[in-house]
Amino acid sequence: MNGSATRVLIVEDEPPIRRLLRTSLASQGFLVTEAATGRSALAEIERAEPDLVILDLGLPDIEGSELIRELRNQGSSVPILVLSSRADEPGKVEALDLGADDYVTKPFGTDELLARIRTALRHRLQRQGELPLFRSGDLCVDLVRRIVRVRDVEVKLSPKEYDILRVLVAHAGKVLTHRMLLNEVWGGETDVQYLRIYIRQLRQKIEADPEQPRHILTETGVGYRLRAE
Amino acid sequence: MSDQSMQDKRPSPEALLEEAARETRGRLKIFLGAAPGVGKTYEMLLSAAARRRDGVDVAIGIVETHGREETQALVEGFEVIPRKRVDYKGRTLEEMDLEAILQRAPQLVLVDELAHTNAAGGRHPKRHMDVEDLLAAGIDVYTTVNIQHLESLNDVVAQITRIRVRETVPDAFVDQADEIEVIDITPGDLIQRLKEGKVYVPKTAHRALTHYFSPGNLTALRELALRRTAQRVDQQLLTHMQAHAISGPWAAGDRVLVVINEHPKAAALLRYARRLAERLRAPWVALYVETQHALRLSEAERDRIADAMRLAERLGGEAVTIPGGELANDILRYAEANNFSHLVIGRTKRSRLYEMFFGSVTYELVRSAGNIAVHVVTGQEHEQIGAKTVATRPVSTSGDPWSYLVSTGLVGAALGVGLVLTRILEVQNVALVFFASVLVSAVAYGLWPALFVSALSVLAFNFFFLPPLYTFTISDPENVVALFFFLVVALIASNLTANVRRQAMVARRRAKTTEDLYLFSRKLAGIASLDDLLWVTASQVASMLQVRVVLFLPDNGPLALKAAWPPEDVAEEADLAAAKWCWESNKPAGRGADTLPGARRLFLPMRTGRGPVAVIGIDSDKTGPILDPDQRRLLDALTDQAALAIERVNLAEDVDRAERAAEKDRLRSALLTSISHDLRTPLASILGAAASLRTLSGLSATDREELLSTIQEESERLNRFIANLLDMTRLESGAIAPNMSLLYIGEIVASALRRAEKILAGHRIERRIAADLPMVKLDAVLFEQVLFNLLDNASKYAPPNSTIRIQSWSDGTAVHLQVLDEGDGIPKEDLPRIFDKFYRVRKSDSQRAGTGLGLAICRGFVEAMGGLIEVANRSDRSGAVFTITLPVPAEQPETEAA
Repeated sequence: MNGSATRVLIVEDEPPIRRLLRTSLASQGFLVTEAATGRSALAEIERAEPDLVILDLGLPDIEGSELIRELRNQGSSVPILVLSSRADEPGKVEALDLGADDYVTKPFGTDELLARIRTALRHRLQRQGELPLFRSGDLCVDLVRRIVRVRDVEVKLSPKEYDILRVLVAHAGKVLTHRMLLNEVWGGETDVQYLRIYIRQLRQKIEADPEQPRHILTETGVGYRLRAE
Repeated sequence: MSDQSMQDKRPSPEALLEEAARETRGRLKIFLGAAPGVGKTYEMLLSAAARRRDGVDVAIGIVETHGREETQALVEGFEVIPRKRVDYKGRTLEEMDLEAILQRAPQLVLVDELAHTNAAGGRHPKRHMDVEDLLAAGIDVYTTVNIQHLESLNDVVAQITRIRVRETVPDAFVDQADEIEVIDITPGDLIQRLKEGKVYVPKTAHRALTHYFSPGNLTALRELALRRTAQRVDQQLLTHMQAHAISGPWAAGDRVLVVINEHPKAAALLRYARRLAERLRAPWVALYVETQHALRLSEAERDRIADAMRLAERLGGEAVTIPGGELANDILRYAEANNFSHLVIGRTKRSRLYEMFFGSVTYELVRSAGNIAVHVVTGQEHEQIGAKTVATRPVSTSGDPWSYLVSTGLVGAALGVGLVLTRILEVQNVALVFFASVLVSAVAYGLWPALFVSALSVLAFNFFFLPPLYTFTISDPENVVALFFFLVVALIASNLTANVRRQAMVARRRAKTTEDLYLFSRKLAGIASLDDLLWVTASQVASMLQVRVVLFLPDNGPLALKAAWPPEDVAEEADLAAAKWCWESNKPAGRGADTLPGARRLFLPMRTGRGPVAVIGIDSDKTGPILDPDQRRLLDALTDQAALAIERVNLAEDVDRAERAAEKDRLRSALLTSISHDLRTPLASILGAAASLRTLSGLSATDREELLSTIQEESERLNRFIANLLDMTRLESGAIAPNMSLLYIGEIVASALRRAEKILAGHRIERRIAADLPMVKLDAVLFEQVLFNLLDNASKYAPPNSTIRIQSWSDGTAVHLQVLDEGDGIPKEDLPRIFDKFYRVRKSDSQRAGTGLGLAICRGFVEAMGGLIEVANRSDRSGAVFTITLPVPAEQPETEAA
């Protein structure tokens, strides 16, 4: 790492979007480099070792998902933020399952994008030393003592409920696909409907209004996200 | 006058149609020769070789080289499609293999000797019919024919050469050729070639042909061939001129009427009329007047009339039958009413005495024809008019034995009564008793049984009543005279009574036919659906003619069995083939017809002025021809009516289709309006706001904020509209494949509300989601979009700060979800169409317009997921309520205790 500025690589073939990302990120102090194709992106990642990659899924030469697969196969752990379009939930899920860290749906607001970038970068740092205590709003999870408190009142969770919450906390702020959660908690082989049932039970225990959840957010067609504040 | 000339300038539809039909058919070139040996085959091969050099795929269907080396050498270079071997009466004949050619489908095929008659068992009896099939299949054909084989010139050639050629080609066939090349050599050269042995002559015909090849004959034939071709060139020019609306001299207004009867020379009359009509370039009609006399015709004579009528059609004329009484009068009335300028009649050979008593129709016609030119043709021809198109059942006229038996009984009864009268009551004159039996027999059984009774009565009267009794001798001369007069009176009475009876029968039969037809047409008129129509047609024809009926109609292309009586739904392969051929060629096929006579049924095309609309197939258990001529005529009348009715239904469907197309057009223009409006409005705001921000100095902070909000909000609106357009496109292209899984509706309501947060900012949201809702099977993404669209819709139509309520509950079998707003509700007349694409409820200017897509997408998505969406107005207050109903799956997943 040279200096303190965070280096972000933008992989996007549309110049207007590149320009938008470049100006808004540069204004926030990021060091921005750009690539218009998948191949030049691979070369740029090897050369400049960016701290984060913003990747458009619809590239002219290589499928975005292929690029993710290749990077992860090469052992790169650089956080990848995917730009995708609405109504392409299967594409988002595929990218996430292949190792992308999060996604933003076009058209997106700059504030949303920056929040996702910060989350992805935080997780990169956290990997070196995980925090034993998670706090967000009125929710507090003690991962060492396995205690969950809502508004300072301890909540009793079933083992499966706790497992789900633990996985969500570990990736707080990031989206987790249904498959990731099922793999982590059940070791795969379970239908998504069971996940929905447990999420509902979990919400009834930790949300002030389960019908209007503030902690566990539904990313329709993709998975769940635990809000991190 | 100017109207007239305007009309003439327009291309005649017939001419255009004719030109259009040529586009898809194969092209036909005929090499026409005046006589055998002129070198037609050789020329054909030379032309084909030239085409092959141009890269055309040429094959030989059949070429007879007759062992000539030059011809054989030319054939060598071509692909020859192997001939088919046909066993016929112990001999093996070689015929052109039509099926093989159709399968091989070359671009151009050579078919020698067009007038050839095929061996029995082939698809068609005549080679020109094979060629017709090839052309219909889009294959170009080169073929050869000699002038004497032309149907209309057949008798002219026979007169010239004294040889009648049996193999003829219909003129209409030759007329449709795209090109005719006359292979012309001088008679001297031809005779030279004959002498050198270069002309193929069958050994058996050698002597006859020597006469045939006389210089005089050849000159005449040559002239005939050249003239015929010249006429055709005229005709082509005419077609071209008509098709291109070039005004020309063809509108002469001539019409030729030829009157035929059962006389064998009808064919010669028709050919004369056709030649006359062709020279005049006039349409022509063959007329048959059906009088009393028609009833006494033998079946052979009736067949001759039917054949003559068909020949007329084959020669390109129209065949018309009218009922009549006074021949000359009826003919003239018809001719005048239909603007005929020429009348062709045959000269009858009746004795002067006959004409003195009964008058002469010919004389009568010539005398009262007025402006109509009358052509009286003397024909020496006594020829059969060629093969019958459809064989019909001969009708027995000999009378059944039963009538003679009963007649004998009648005489016996008269005898009994007579004996009682004379022996017991002593009445002397009993002749009248026998006379009564004659009359009864004549009334009941007609002429022949009555004559039989007359003879028997004379014998019985003589035997039992005239002295000496019980002998056939008569002693008193007075009685001889009495008996003689009894016989004469009996004969006259029989004849008269039989005539009356015949008239009554005709009247009854006619009345029955008319009534049947009337009933049939009444039945047909009331039917609107094609299936019912076909069913009624099949059952009516079946019951009237005592046959089994099948009806074939094109079913999106191929012909298919559509109705049958008695009901049947499978068509045999052979029947289908015959029906198909009948449909494509517009000619009868199958049992009793020329084509595919091996099929079980007889197929007839049902046609209207616009062409065939269906094919009717009939069969019965009787052996031999299925129908007698009367029935055949009735069938024609029935099928004509049915065809018209079918066309009517088809036309109604066409109108329907046109209306649907118009609806599509309306949608398309609505789409354009919608897109241009819904895309341009936000774009204009965005562009304007951006330009203001850039160029206007001195904007206050609030102004800037306002403009920036405009850009953001309008962009979001644009985004939603495009998303809707994409969803609609996905729906319409069938690209929606719901990814269904069990889920809680409440969860989707939550995420939809979160997504709609911004647009709902000005409204209060009230949620009433039942806690114990079962899971339902849905595609989460699609359902979220449905809810988003409903919320978006509600936000547009409900006033600010009003409450939008979402409620959901379950009744065990279904989950119901409602979105209720507090707007003005939906006008009653709009309710049924609210989910239609691009349908927007009219509203005041202050409200923002919808896209007319959101609700259509809702319906599309909900239905794709197996649910139901409905709209109504709220009953508790003003406002609209949308209700989605989703079935609850029987199996709910088991849950662990929480």
